[in-house]
Amino acid sequence: MYSPAIVAEAMLNGLLTGAVYALIALGLTLVYGVLHIINFAHGAFLTCAMFAVWAAHSVLGLDPYLAILPLTLIFFAIGYGVQRFVIGPASHGDDGNILLVTLGLSIVIENALLAVFRSDTRSLSTDYSFNVVELGPLLISQARLFGLAGALVVTGLLWLLLARTDTGKAIRAVAKEKLGASLVGIDVRHVYAVTFGIGCATLAVAACLLMPTFYVNPRVGGAFVLVAFTIVVLGGMGSIPGALAGGLVIGVVESLCGLFLGESLGQIGIFLIFILVLLFRPTGLFGARA
Amino acid sequence: MNRLGYLPIALVLAALAATPFFVASNSVLNFIVFVLIITLTAQGWNLLGGVGGQSSFGHAAFFGTGAYVSAILQARFGVNAWAALAIAIAFGAVVGWIIGFLSFRAGLRGSYFALVTLAFAEVLRILANATGFTGGAAGLLLKLDIGFWNMQFSSRAAFLWLALGFVGIGLIISQRIANSRFGAQLVAVRENEDAARALGVDVLAVKLKAITVSAALTAAAGCLYLQYFLYIDANIAYGLWISVEALLAPMVGGRGLVLGPIIGAFTLHGLGEATKLLAGRVPGIDLTIYGVVLVLVVAFAPGGVLGLLQKLGLRRRPRPVPQLKGAE
Repeated sequence: MYSPAIVAEAMLNGLLTGAVYALIALGLTLVYGVLHIINFAHGAFLTCAMFAVWAAHSVLGLDPYLAILPLTLIFFAIGYGVQRFVIGPASHGDDGNILLVTLGLSIVIENALLAVFRSDTRSLSTDYSFNVVELGPLLISQARLFGLAGALVVTGLLWLLLARTDTGKAIRAVAKEKLGASLVGIDVRHVYAVTFGIGCATLAVAACLLMPTFYVNPRVGGAFVLVAFTIVVLGGMGSIPGALAGGLVIGVVESLCGLFLGESLGQIGIFLIFILVLLFRPTGLFGARA
Repeated sequence: MNRLGYLPIALVLAALAATPFFVASNSVLNFIVFVLIITLTAQGWNLLGGVGGQSSFGHAAFFGTGAYVSAILQARFGVNAWAALAIAIAFGAVVGWIIGFLSFRAGLRGSYFALVTLAFAEVLRILANATGFTGGAAGLLLKLDIGFWNMQFSSRAAFLWLALGFVGIGLIISQRIANSRFGAQLVAVRENEDAARALGVDVLAVKLKAITVSAALTAAAGCLYLQYFLYIDANIAYGLWISVEALLAPMVGGRGLVLGPIIGAFTLHGLGEATKLLAGRVPGIDLTIYGVVLVLVVAFAPGGVLGLLQKLGLRRRPRPVPQLKGAE
């Protein structure tokens, strides 16, 4: 048996990892909730954002935390453009097509990155990468605490945006009733693109928070994307509090599976949860829609 | 013969079977064998995803099961290669049936079905990668022992004919299904599941039959891969790459059409090789092209290459399905 301290540490680490998972899942669930599409390219955009953080640091000397603002804006613009000019026109409004177009995009992005950066793994070295905070008997990585804080802040901001602004109102209107929204004068294609842009912007934040302690290679997004799907399904497709809760749960599950089953089997718990939820409760824990 | 659609199949098979007599280059024959293995994988996908409209993102689950069952039987238990092939195909079919039973019973369609199949393949990949019985991360190696009984050939032409035989069987199965009542029911399920049910089609049974046959074909492709390369590991056999290959070829060639997978596989890999020749050996460059082609096909040519040819009037229209057409 493992001592309670080790289990507690594993759970805490799981929560910290889960916070970043939640951040990645937020964009995915928002895009699903509004556009009703599964964005298969989500992981590839994350990889892109992580390379951008890496490039900003090693070429321009920009600190990852300072890069949050410019990269968020840039990725919002990229997401907006991709939805408006590629995914929207190419898919003719058919769900199956959107899935295939985003799959195609993810293949293009991942392999273009592979062609440019090769398959080397890169990481940042900042002077605070290994700083830790003491919490009683436990040592916690400072950068990962920032990750948790960032996830909570972004969730809060996203909630405010959706609940309190006109843009948020328009997004919710389109999510509920596309035709009705366009009848009252909302430009649905614009709202779609804005939503997709926000989804990519959250990835830029996630990338900035991840990079001080994580690494990047052209395949890294793939490791996150299935986890993000699981969180979105578990939390209920389209539910923002669901994504936050789901992310934390999945982080803990992965950490405990890794502790009890060994590192190589750590992710199996995630996929089993994914399959079970899809089979028995496809609406998720927080999902309202059947 | 042409009325039932077998003439084009015979022509394609004959043309490919003749290539070893005209081409001596081993790299060209290698290319054809590899593309034929992909074609067989994709023919499996096409039955379920193309004809039946249930897009799977996890055909690696069947490919890998075929490859692993055959490899374990041969390497650990000394079973004859041909017997291992038969058992592996049966295992693949069973895995297909189980995944189909679980997900179709739960009513998963569209994106949900795509995701759950992907998750099943990932679970199998992690298990195969982590357990000692399957060789773990080191994978499984078959002993080189050339001979017909071991399904290992010294000449690439012999293996090409073997792979072509399998692809031919796949084509005939696909064509027979396209001509059959079951095929019409499958198309009805794709076009409108509720309408098909209202007409008395047992939707669950039709889907289950489709995924079982589909998985068996793809499992056979996994076995062929193993016999050709004599090595597999979890990332090859259960990797996302083969799920994507399985789906790309029919999409590009012509979704749901009998010749779609073979046309698509040769088009894509031909383009990939051409790009490599032009751009040099930059990793990932061929796959970048595949992604671009997929997006372009979805955007501008939903019928794939065959659909384009049909539009240009180079190919006769397929026969409509009379009884079920009115149901839409």
